[in-house]
Amino acid sequence: MKKFDRDKVLLGIAGPALALAVAFVLTTLVLLASGLDPFGLYDLMIQEAEYPDIQVLILNQTGTYYLAALAVAVGFRMNLFNIGVDGQYRLAAMLAAVVGAAVNLPGPLQILLVVFVAVLVGAFWAGIAGFLKTTRGVSEVVSTIMLNAIATSLIAWLILPANLGEQLEGSNDLTTGVMAESGWMTGLAVEGGNIYGFTFVAFALGVVYWFVLNRTRFGFDLRATGASETAAQASGVDAKKMVLTAMLISGGVAGLTGLPLLLGQTHTYSFAFPAGVGFTGITIALLGRNNPLGLFFAALLISFLEKASASLDQYGYPKEITTIMKGLIVIAVVVSYELVRQYGLRRQQQKVGEELAAQARKNKEDVAA
Amino acid sequence: MSESTSTVTPAATAPRKGGGRRRLSPPVILLIVAAGLALFSLVRVVSGADDLTSVGQVSGALQLAVPIGLAGLGGLWAERAGVVNIGLEGMMVLGTWFGAWAGYQWGPWTGVLLGLVGGALGGLLHAVMTVTFNVNHIVSGVAINILALGATQYLSNFTFAEAPGGSSKQSPRIEAIDRITVPGLSDWLGDLQGRHWFFVSDLAGVVGGVLTNLSLLTVVALLLIPATWWILWRTGFGLRLRSCGENPVAAESLGVNVYKYKYIAVLVSGALAGLGGAFLAIVSTGIYQEGQTGGRGFIGLAAMIFGNWMPGGLALGAGLFGFTDSLKLRGGAENVHAMLLLLAILLVVALVWTLYKKKYVAAAVSAVCAAVLFAWYAMTETLPSQFVDAAPYVTTLLVLALSAQRLRMPKADGLPYKKGQGK
Repeated sequence: MKKFDRDKVLLGIAGPALALAVAFVLTTLVLLASGLDPFGLYDLMIQEAEYPDIQVLILNQTGTYYLAALAVAVGFRMNLFNIGVDGQYRLAAMLAAVVGAAVNLPGPLQILLVVFVAVLVGAFWAGIAGFLKTTRGVSEVVSTIMLNAIATSLIAWLILPANLGEQLEGSNDLTTGVMAESGWMTGLAVEGGNIYGFTFVAFALGVVYWFVLNRTRFGFDLRATGASETAAQASGVDAKKMVLTAMLISGGVAGLTGLPLLLGQTHTYSFAFPAGVGFTGITIALLGRNNPLGLFFAALLISFLEKASASLDQYGYPKEITTIMKGLIVIAVVVSYELVRQYGLRRQQQKVGEELAAQARKNKEDVAA
Repeated sequence: MSESTSTVTPAATAPRKGGGRRRLSPPVILLIVAAGLALFSLVRVVSGADDLTSVGQVSGALQLAVPIGLAGLGGLWAERAGVVNIGLEGMMVLGTWFGAWAGYQWGPWTGVLLGLVGGALGGLLHAVMTVTFNVNHIVSGVAINILALGATQYLSNFTFAEAPGGSSKQSPRIEAIDRITVPGLSDWLGDLQGRHWFFVSDLAGVVGGVLTNLSLLTVVALLLIPATWWILWRTGFGLRLRSCGENPVAAESLGVNVYKYKYIAVLVSGALAGLGGAFLAIVSTGIYQEGQTGGRGFIGLAAMIFGNWMPGGLALGAGLFGFTDSLKLRGGAENVHAMLLLLAILLVVALVWTLYKKKYVAAAVSAVCAAVLFAWYAMTETLPSQFVDAAPYVTTLLVLALSAQRLRMPKADGLPYKKGQGK
């Protein structure tokens, strides 16, 4: 039994290792094909990551991506595909910023209020998809894609000066107004910059995620429903309620995604807020296999690729190469996981077959004797 | 045995239940179209939004609808063979890039061809991942969207950036594809439309819009809709392809090479999305721009769902979404505003129908919605353009929410399949 576990761990590591190796080789080929020196590029990126200010940027980005990935992973564990993390995060960040600017409570209360609003908005937006799925049988994939687009339009409308937004003097940018200073979250000042306070909250949530999913009855029900809805139903789990709950949690976590940036740096929402974070979250959740530690390393890797490539253009390398790397990593990851899974299954079947055959042989000998 | 009878029973009763809906004879369809046009005309006369059915409006709507419709057709081909294609957006991006790249160097028709090939490359990748490696279809689609975006941005640095008149975000200008305008007829129809007579002018506007300034590629795209219907529903090839989307195990037992059909379907799907992208670059703007597709792949998917996985419904959805787009682009705030009235009247029609059918809850909902829309129409002067942007998506969500029971997607859509899994 113990030996089997070791195999499982080895296979678990083989997937990502294989994927990263393949993605690395493919990226090198792409660079060679476009007449660039790949090792010069890798060298540059590693050098870049040795600067403390870049390291801080990477860590802060990791926090943001970690939250997005957690939101996706909660859905994945339940066999739900929340493509709408992007819309949930942007809408939540925007409305949280609006409330943060309108209300002025003392210190921690203000931060709690902003967090609460963000969770509520994210959960509400995801809840629409959950509600449609449980009551009308609408696929959450399609509805969250639609809700992403609707969120984009809704934000564009809400941020108009006639509604909730503000136009800064002498600029075309629309924002939601600066939040009250009691809602600015202090970070950890280190050499090279400031690590957002909410980045640590993000990592702490990873522990909560692990605990809830693996050590509570609710987490067990959730995973059971994800593995087999009918089986879970037979054991007394209300599958529909679980779908809705999982969607609400996923949306709530997605709502937190914008907060490291909002509370730690910008203190206002504008169109400069990055779009596509939710999709990167999907990449990370796939790469990290929904495991809190795996998610962390995956988020770190993607953040490294993004932040260490910012100055590549100066050296004659198009920085879009990192988007290609991201795409190649996802493709390599999903294909290699599938191959490793199939290999593991075959191996397991073989092993069971061998054991059964040995048993049969032994029985035969016993009878003969 | 019980399993096989249970799958037969609903199929046998379904036509009887929906018999009245499915068998629409041509005269009835014409009548419905005429009634719809009359309703439009009525709204135009009441609201005074004369641009609603002008030649320019209709021809603009057509041009905006074509890429959406092509993406939707792409989705239709893939999903009919049981492969969900979220990667349409990425394949469209590939189509815009390849179309422009070949288009500015060797002429627009070569661009169209390379656009098809570019999209098909995305389709090939999707097919390898989903059919051969059995990767989750959504995951594969998301990956393709990321990769296509990165690849085109990267390639632009080496191609467009070095070409005269181009940059890393934009291609040089592409030569235009010939446009046709029926000489005397278009002018005459335009005149007639200008009179603003009830119904006659609207009919003239619609016919004139279709006949004026029509790109040859639009004609090709329009022909692809009946062609798709004919291939998928009237040939043996199409029957086998659809059987892979309904029940691949049964198809396999009848000797259909499911892998082959899925590959063909996904390749065609990518090519059609690529054609949609090429249309955007070559016909709509005459130039490749980064981020040009703007989510049209997803709207195409929405149009396909709106159309219940059928070519005709898809065309209707694409036309509707293209029309709302064109209303907004032509800057007619009053036109968009008039759509509120149209919606309200449609809801009143729905109210009468549901009352006739004695569905009182649905009738009450329609009545409330109609009243709200009438009030909204009466109390405001314009509608924010952002609401118009969201209209296709809200429509799709509403259609999904209200008629999920009537929608019927291919039975094995999105499910993994391995050869011999039924044994």
